[in-house]
Amino acid sequence: MFGGSLQRKGPGNAVYALLLLLSCVGHAAWGAPTDAIVHSIPNTFDPHSGPAHMIQNLSLFVIQITGAIFIVVASLFIYVVIRFRQRDPNDISEPPQVYGSTQIELAWTVIPVLIVLVLFLTTARILFAIQDQKMPPTALDADVVGHQFWWEFVYPKYGFTTANELHVPASSEQVPMTTSLRLLSADVDHSFWVPQLFGKIDSIPNQVNHMWFNPDKVGMYVGQCAQFCGVEHAKMLLRVYVQTPDDFAAWVKNQQQPGVQDPAVADGRQIFESQACISCHVIRGTPAQGKFGPDLTHFGSRDTLASGAADNTPANLKLWIKDPDYVKPGSLMPAMQLSDDQIDKVVAYLDTLK
Amino acid sequence: MADSTLPIGSAIDLTPPSGVYETWLETVNSWVTTVDHKKIGLMYIAYAAIFLLVGGFEAILLRIQLAVPHNNFLSPEVFNRIFTMHGTTMVFLMGMPLIIGFANYLVPLMIGARDMAFPRMNAFSFWMTALGGLMLYYSFIGGVGLQGAGSAPDVTWWAYAPLTERAFSRGHSTDYWALSLIVSGFGTIGAAVNIIATTICMRCKGMTMFRMPLLAWLYLVVSGMILVTISPLTAAQIMLCIDRYLGGHFFDSQAGGAPVVWAHFFWIFGHPEVYVLVLPAFAIANEIIPVFSRKAIFGYPAMVAASAGIGVISLSVWAHHMFTVGMTASQNAFFVLSTGLVGVPTGIKIFNWIATMWGGKIRFATPMLFCSAFLIQFLFAGLTGIMLSTAPWNWQLHNSYFVIAHFHYVLVGAIVFCFFGGFYYWYPKMTGRMLNERLGKWHFWLFVIGFHVCFDLMHIPGLMGMPRSIYTYEPGRGWDTLNFIVSVGGMIQGVATAIFVYNLVYSFFKGEVAGPDPWDGWTLEWATSSPPPEYNFATAPVVMSRRPLWDLKHPEDPDYRYE
Repeated sequence: MFGGSLQRKGPGNAVYALLLLLSCVGHAAWGAPTDAIVHSIPNTFDPHSGPAHMIQNLSLFVIQITGAIFIVVASLFIYVVIRFRQRDPNDISEPPQVYGSTQIELAWTVIPVLIVLVLFLTTARILFAIQDQKMPPTALDADVVGHQFWWEFVYPKYGFTTANELHVPASSEQVPMTTSLRLLSADVDHSFWVPQLFGKIDSIPNQVNHMWFNPDKVGMYVGQCAQFCGVEHAKMLLRVYVQTPDDFAAWVKNQQQPGVQDPAVADGRQIFESQACISCHVIRGTPAQGKFGPDLTHFGSRDTLASGAADNTPANLKLWIKDPDYVKPGSLMPAMQLSDDQIDKVVAYLDTLK
Repeated sequence: MADSTLPIGSAIDLTPPSGVYETWLETVNSWVTTVDHKKIGLMYIAYAAIFLLVGGFEAILLRIQLAVPHNNFLSPEVFNRIFTMHGTTMVFLMGMPLIIGFANYLVPLMIGARDMAFPRMNAFSFWMTALGGLMLYYSFIGGVGLQGAGSAPDVTWWAYAPLTERAFSRGHSTDYWALSLIVSGFGTIGAAVNIIATTICMRCKGMTMFRMPLLAWLYLVVSGMILVTISPLTAAQIMLCIDRYLGGHFFDSQAGGAPVVWAHFFWIFGHPEVYVLVLPAFAIANEIIPVFSRKAIFGYPAMVAASAGIGVISLSVWAHHMFTVGMTASQNAFFVLSTGLVGVPTGIKIFNWIATMWGGKIRFATPMLFCSAFLIQFLFAGLTGIMLSTAPWNWQLHNSYFVIAHFHYVLVGAIVFCFFGGFYYWYPKMTGRMLNERLGKWHFWLFVIGFHVCFDLMHIPGLMGMPRSIYTYEPGRGWDTLNFIVSVGGMIQGVATAIFVYNLVYSFFKGEVAGPDPWDGWTLEWATSSPPPEYNFATAPVVMSRRPLWDLKHPEDPDYRYE
């Protein structure tokens, strides 16, 4: 969908980032102001949902307070270093000895306590506002299941499963739409992080965690796993596609269909179904019902493969099937030892699964 | 300043003449079998210095890999091992031996004792720690295990379960990690018991608790914290071994275990551990800043109270490492408050140091340069710590490069800087020769520049969504240029450290002879010869105030009039 524009790069990123830290300027538009912006830079200061905005407001407040403290104390320090340095190296007289002052020490104990209380109360207010938010009955429910090294997304109300690319509806003042995620894990700890929509929350086995957001802008948001989970933690990327409610409904409708059965690629399908592929992958409407790997029912509709390790092009897919370790070293998908001809046919089949 | 007329100290130098050990083997034997606190201290320090170089070399490898996106310098498997070993090495094999080494060398000298309370246990503690470190590094050879899986540990230094369970970590690498930390942990506990006993029972005549040098006070607090915090770590490692080999299910999620329990055990060790490492750095600053400002420490009782306060409060902040594991809002709020409060005593210390310098005549010799940079860097690190403590913002910052930058600001910018200062300050006492000032200035300025190029900029990729522990990253995310500059900063620090090592070796042979008291100091270690004789003091010293040597040098205006 946005595949063509994925390479687009913001201008002068490093300079921008420096400015960002110094001036706390939060907002910037990347690329042309279209409806479908690709947020390829996961900037935590570019929030696009209710909770992300609340977090940003808190962060700006904390930056102001800590910045003020730094300026005051650093100025004192610089003054002391310049004013009280030894000027004459031969001067061996000792300065007057001072051992302490109860009043001054009391002052610099009480003032920090007050600052800590202010910070605590502000933080707690936002903490409770986000964590204890009641989910509206219209909220979109989705389960996020972390796997070594990919993401499974289950839409229980709609009855389908997809992988690595989460689609959610945009929220607006007229039609508020909240997305409510249950975070789970199939193996080890992972952490779901899409900076522009929320902070990160871990997905931990034997535990259900919760996260919600109401994205205010249509577009594609990048994120990735933020808790070390094994060899390929670095390439456990993810994307969130925020769509208009209409586009989202159309996407859901398509995802609910079983896999496309195109007679033109029957050979590829036959190879796929006669190999061990089906013990790990699901393609609904076919004998492929394995649950270990990603659901491939609509694989052709996804922009990336191998959890974001490569763009979903026939050439990349061919490389990936031939030698998964080449694209993503340490990936749990085995090389199936197919001939080039067989791989071409399987690739052709998978590409029809729109 | 100090001369042989001082009534305390080694009025007669009874140091055995060099060459008393006739053969090379006898020299080695004398070190291996020694129970002298100074020799054991030096062995701890040398051991730490070696692992500083090893861990630093690993850091350089990591920075080369991350300098450009999609780099193939290290494979993911090797990268994961190297960053796990870098973290484990720097905390357990560099940090802990370094702080204990300085304590061993300095605490008995500063309180006028002739040795630690338990000299034999002291030697035992050192050799346990040494064994733990060797065992961890032996994993590169011995950790292969069944089916060729493993080698060195590759589960990060916080080793979250269930990644460490046998289902996900085959071979023996995780076993080496767990066992070597248990072994070196025993050594650390022994050292802590020894320091507590020494400071409480071995003080010289006249040295009440409130006349102890602050360094001894801080080490007393640190040792108490070690006793409380190493135990849960050891317990967790034993539980992990039970899970892996005896069919336990403490953290084994596939059998109903709770991975979050590991995180609690680890961080109730892990966070106080940060203070275990940073309080000794404060201890060094507490000695260096007054001497080079030529003023008594400002607010001694407040400094003692603040250290004890940090010790107590830091035991209640561990879950600020766990704001993302799904605790309730009230639980999160508790740890926001406790983490904020631990900043208060820390702030008191910074203010008191600045007040100590206020009105002084500050001499910027190399030790003071390092401590000055420490002050401002530690202030910055504390403030980014406040940012991290605000739980909702922590959801963004946690496990990102912002966190990496923050804790390296503490571990390098505060701890390593203070210990570099400590090396320049006490090297004359330990060897009898001054470190070269010119090389010291080069070392300092290069290290400061490298440090800031590296770790200041490292905050920004974190704010732009770069997670930690990744062996490579996509181009076009705004991280490329910054990572390259950060890597360059890492190299500069490497060069500065090489200068330091050269200085250590060069000055040992060619350095200016120091004499007993080169810095015009005030605490008891400067009252004896450099290096001190085996029994430290020819006659047991008697003190009347916190600065016994000040009293001797200024009989017209002694400290004890004001205490």
